[in-house]
Amino acid sequence: MSGKPKLHYFNGRGRMESIRWLLAAAGVEFEECFLETKDDLIKLQKDGSLLFQQVPMVEIDGMKMVQSRAISNYIATKYNLYGKDLKERALIDMYVEAVIDLNELLMTHTFQPADKKEQHFATIVDKATNRYFPVYEKVLKDHGQDFLVGNQFSRADVQLLETLLMAEECKPDILAKFPHLQSFKARISNIPSIKKFLQPGSQRKPPLQEKDVPKLMKIFH
Amino acid sequence: MAGKPKLYYFDGRGKMESVRWLLAAAGVEFEEEFLQTREQYEKLLQGGSLLFQQVPMVEIDGMKMVQTRAILSYIAAKYNLYGKDLKERALIDMYVGGTDDLMGFVLMFPFLSAEDKEKQRAVIVQKATSRYFPAYEKVLKDHGQDFLVGNSFSWADVHLLEAIFMVEEKKSDVLSGFPRLQAFKARISSIPTIKKFLEPGSQRKPVPDDKYVETVRRVLRMYYDIKAN
Repeated sequence: MSGKPKLHYFNGRGRMESIRWLLAAAGVEFEECFLETKDDLIKLQKDGSLLFQQVPMVEIDGMKMVQSRAISNYIATKYNLYGKDLKERALIDMYVEAVIDLNELLMTHTFQPADKKEQHFATIVDKATNRYFPVYEKVLKDHGQDFLVGNQFSRADVQLLETLLMAEECKPDILAKFPHLQSFKARISNIPSIKKFLQPGSQRKPPLQEKDVPKLMKIFH
Repeated sequence: MAGKPKLYYFDGRGKMESVRWLLAAAGVEFEEEFLQTREQYEKLLQGGSLLFQQVPMVEIDGMKMVQTRAILSYIAAKYNLYGKDLKERALIDMYVGGTDDLMGFVLMFPFLSAEDKEKQRAVIVQKATSRYFPAYEKVLKDHGQDFLVGNSFSWADVHLLEAIFMVEEKKSDVLSGFPRLQAFKARISSIPTIKKFLEPGSQRKPVPDDKYVETVRRVLRMYYDIKAN
C-alpha cells in the first residue's frame, strides 16, 4: 500500500481534472487507474467501491471518496489550501463554485451537437467575459494582492487558473480585456508545483477531442 | 450589524429551499425578500449585491453570500452541523453531494413541458430508488445509529430529509423498500426545530406551481425551454 492517493476515472479531464490540479498544486504525488471500458466501470460498481455508482472516485487516507466537491474540499483542507478561517472559506467557496459553473460550460462544449456548437461557444464567451472574469479581475484589482483570498495561495487560485487556461483553449484572446487576470495567470503558473504540472509529461490531461467522445459514451452510457 | 440572515430569492423553493431548511434546523430565525418583478432584480444587480448576477443571495454576518453551496457550507460550519473533524466533513460532503444530485432532477421539474414532466417523474423515482436511497439505507443499516454521520445531527441529515420529502411528492410510496429511511424520516422530522419547520405557517415553501414558474421566467427573462436531462 503506497499511501499515495489513487484516482479512478477515464483517461481525460472531465470532473477529475480539478482534483489533479489541486493535488499537484499541493505537491502531492498520486496514482491513477483509468477506466477503459464499460466493464471497468461495472467492476467498480459491483465491488461496492462507488457510493453512488459514479466516478470520480479517489482512494485517500483509507476512504473511497466520491463526489468531486467532497474530494476537493478534503484535499484543500488537508493541505491548507482552504483559507485560515470560516470567512475566508466562505469567499473561497463563492469563487470556486462560480468557477465550477464556468467549467461546466467549457466541459460540455465538446459534447454539443454540431448545430448547437456555435451558439454554445457564444454563450461560453459571453458568460466568461461578462459574468465571471470581471468579478475576479475586480477582486484582484481592489485588494492588489497576489492571491484571490487572504493574501495567501489557496484552492481558489488553483481552480481559477485551471479555468482561465481552459477558456483560452476555447478562445486564445479571451483574456484580452483583463490585465489583472493575465498577470495572475503568469504569477500562479510560476509557482513551482504548478509550473511542474504545466510541463509536458505531467499528469495533466489534454482537452477532450471529438474523436474520443464515442469511446467515452460507451463507458458511461 | 448582527441581525438575522436575509434571504433574497423568489417566493418559492428553487435553490434557496435547502438554505431555509438548514437555517430552520439550526434554529436560526431569518428574513426574506421575495423577487417578484424584473425591476427588483435589476435594482439588486445595479447595486452590486449579486456577485455573479444570480440569486440565491443571503446577507449574513456582513457578507452578501452567493452560490448555494457556499452559503450552505458556511451555515453548516457556523452552527456546528458539519461534523467534528475533517473525516466527518468528508462523509457529510459526500452524502450532501448525492442528495444534491438527486434534488437536481426535481429542481427543473416545474419548468418542463407536461410530456417531459411525466418522463422526468419516472427518472426521479428510478434514480432515487436504484442509486441514492439504497446508499443511505445501507449507511444507516451498517452503523445502526440515528444520524448519518458521527452519531450526531448534521447538515447531511437535514439535506437527506429534504430530498426524501421532495421525492415523495412525486411518488408517495417511494420509501416502501427502505425501512431504515422510513424510520430516519420519522426520527428527524420530530427534532423540535425540524418539526416546527414542517408545520403550517413556517417559512417552508410549497411545491412549485405555474405561478412560481411564471415569476422566475419573468424576473430572469428566462423564456427558453428547459429540457430534461
